[in-house]
Amino acid sequence: MTAPALATAALDETAVALPVQEPARVARDSRPLRLITCGSVDDGKSTLIGRLLWDTKAVKEDQAASLQRDSKGKQNDLGLPDFALLLDGLQAEREQGITIDVAYRYFSTDKRSFIVADTPGHEQYTRNMATGASTADLAVLLVDARVGLLEQTRRHATIATLMGIRQFVLAVNKIDLTDYDRSRFEQISHEFKELALSLGVRQVTAIPVSALKGENVVYDGRASMPWYEGPTLVEVLELATTRSAQTVGFRLPVQRVSRPGESFRGYQGTVAGGSVKPGDSVVILPSGMVANVTKIVTFDLVRNAAVAGDAVTLVFDRQVDVSRGDMIVAIDSQPMTGLAFDAQLVALQAEGIQPGKRYWLKSGSRRQRVQVQPISQLDLQSGKWNHADELPMNAIGKVHLAFDEQAIFDAYEQNRTTGAFILIDPDTNNTVAGGMITAKRAALGGIHAEDSRVILSLPADLADQLMATEIFSSRREDAEVRRVTAAQAIEIIDTIDE
Amino acid sequence: MPHIHPETELHNPQSTKPPLDPHLKALENEAIHIFREVAAEFERPVMLYSIGKDSSVLLHLARKAFYPGRIPFPLLHVDTGWKFREMIAFRDEMVEKYDLDLVAHTNPRGAAENVTPFTHGSALYTDIMKTEALRQALDAGQYDAAFGGARRDEEASRAKERIYSFRTPDHRWDPRNQRPELWNVYNGMIRKGESVRAFPLSNWTEVDIWRYIQAEEIPIVPLYFAKKRPVVERDGMMILAEDPRLELLPGEVKREEVIRFRTLGCFPLTGAIRSNATTLDDIISELETATVSERQGRAIDRDQAGSMEKKKREGYF
Repeated sequence: MTAPALATAALDETAVALPVQEPARVARDSRPLRLITCGSVDDGKSTLIGRLLWDTKAVKEDQAASLQRDSKGKQNDLGLPDFALLLDGLQAEREQGITIDVAYRYFSTDKRSFIVADTPGHEQYTRNMATGASTADLAVLLVDARVGLLEQTRRHATIATLMGIRQFVLAVNKIDLTDYDRSRFEQISHEFKELALSLGVRQVTAIPVSALKGENVVYDGRASMPWYEGPTLVEVLELATTRSAQTVGFRLPVQRVSRPGESFRGYQGTVAGGSVKPGDSVVILPSGMVANVTKIVTFDLVRNAAVAGDAVTLVFDRQVDVSRGDMIVAIDSQPMTGLAFDAQLVALQAEGIQPGKRYWLKSGSRRQRVQVQPISQLDLQSGKWNHADELPMNAIGKVHLAFDEQAIFDAYEQNRTTGAFILIDPDTNNTVAGGMITAKRAALGGIHAEDSRVILSLPADLADQLMATEIFSSRREDAEVRRVTAAQAIEIIDTIDE
Repeated sequence: MPHIHPETELHNPQSTKPPLDPHLKALENEAIHIFREVAAEFERPVMLYSIGKDSSVLLHLARKAFYPGRIPFPLLHVDTGWKFREMIAFRDEMVEKYDLDLVAHTNPRGAAENVTPFTHGSALYTDIMKTEALRQALDAGQYDAAFGGARRDEEASRAKERIYSFRTPDHRWDPRNQRPELWNVYNGMIRKGESVRAFPLSNWTEVDIWRYIQAEEIPIVPLYFAKKRPVVERDGMMILAEDPRLELLPGEVKREEVIRFRTLGCFPLTGAIRSNATTLDDIISELETATVSERQGRAIDRDQAGSMEKKKREGYF
């Protein structure tokens, strides 16, 4: 085994890392870094995390003993146990040798603690990858050095980006099986860099890794790869930044109204952005009523201020009608309210997302009915958005959302809490999609605010006829056709007339 | 009728307690958020209270989440009848001190048939006195959500748990078909008879628990602190030998040892560790250098491979 890397080793920007554009690495953050590992099946994710846990001494003796016992016959030629067994805790996973569901693991170094979500590589379980990505600060993408980038690598990089992850580590794994081929590593790094740039990600560090041998994971791999002068995986993780609290202004989705007695009335929730202090004027949405905060109550003390992340109880200076699902916001920086929004989403269940179906949408503490209209689907190979009438499982799509009553959102880019939502199928109660708001729309059935495409809601047979014509196929980009029933079409036309 | 918690007036706003470090503060905020969400979304929540250190933290967080109100749901203790005596005493003390609604349940079938860890073996005993008993109690209370103190760092199948863990009407967990759970948006929609187990401590580690107990001065069962106690060695574990129902087997000798417990369950199935840790500082530094995991002292985890998963699928917490 090689010597432990110097704890103070600086990131070598010239090696393979792209210029760091995130805020400078300042005082160390004591919050744990949440990371996700992803990539295709058999790229060695579980082995990598197992190695991380093993080399950071997170595996205790009794766990190591049962690991050795469970991996009888599976030991590699280094005499090490099958690390994947540390992660794949479900019986079915062990039987099939694959990861089905996210496993959350905890480890720490002298400098920092980490929560790692080990997510499945199988396309079938993309929903579980999205689950892990939604809360992560950083994504470690694994690629088998012998194989290079796969569609699944692209899918995972794309989902991670959609979910707002802006720091990527590309672990080019199994580098030992290429005889530590530098040009192979550089070729894959370059390819991934192109992909990352096309996704808008600027912070990528590529590392040649042998998870099995523990090279460039916790300990450096200089003995085998003198040509690599960059950081080890752990060094990158120690210096990464946690998600910053977005600053669109104060937001507090109301979870509960606390009325323990006549003398007390407080509104409980977690601050989802900005800050608030006693004396601030706030607006309650959707009613639009204004009140002043008189007290911020917590169990320990009456506080002078609450910031993003704080779970608090607010008391106002007057009686106002506030209930669960309302949002208390800054008076001078309010979220968007309206009946129609644009969003991107990931379809998570076998049934996909059906056009026009009414789902439950939950965002923060607010749950309301929504009609979802798929617009386009991302082609992971070409990176293009193609027209789509429905979204199958695992698809990444753009949709329109139409509500019956006022909805309240920020753009996900601006606030990851008030811009995120899940869709729940009312027939099964299952979570069928995770979505991110991109913009508010004028109104359903109207004209798109940004690209002025026309939306045509037509009876299904008429829609098919129209789409078959040459005129339409040549100008497909200019219009969007929705198949509805004849009755629905009349209804929509009526609302436009009004 | 809801009323202000009696402690409200006693609470000192000028508390001199140092603020929590940002890591523990973030974990606390997350747990409070989950408590409030479940309390708001479900009709009949209940909190599983097993009297251990995690339960103590859970209770403390629940009090914080609903302050200045009372905890708006009962606590449920599944009492196997084989808990450490000090645990039961501690439980009753907490109920009194914090004005809690406690429901204690023992499986009547198990009691009638005299099911014990000695006569039936740990696996069957656990199945009847814990899993079956829990299901009985949850059904009886018609609870649609049950809080538990499980942490993902405890065991491999627990690492796979969602924060909201969906259960069928017969309390089954299907680990291969869990609902996706994105951000902190939890899906609490269920049909009648179905339920959700909610785990506010999912992202806590054992060290976090201890550091939080220390920072927040949370009372815990004294068995966690080292003291000279009577023990007997059995199946490679040190068993506390103070209950008259523990019969010594041939060759077994009762002796005094300075021991403590890292985890608390039923006394015949919970192994003590040799330790001199008499303070929280001691415990934390002992943990930071510990070479074995917490659940190493739990017999029921080792009945067979995938033991915990199997139990959980059948309704065990």
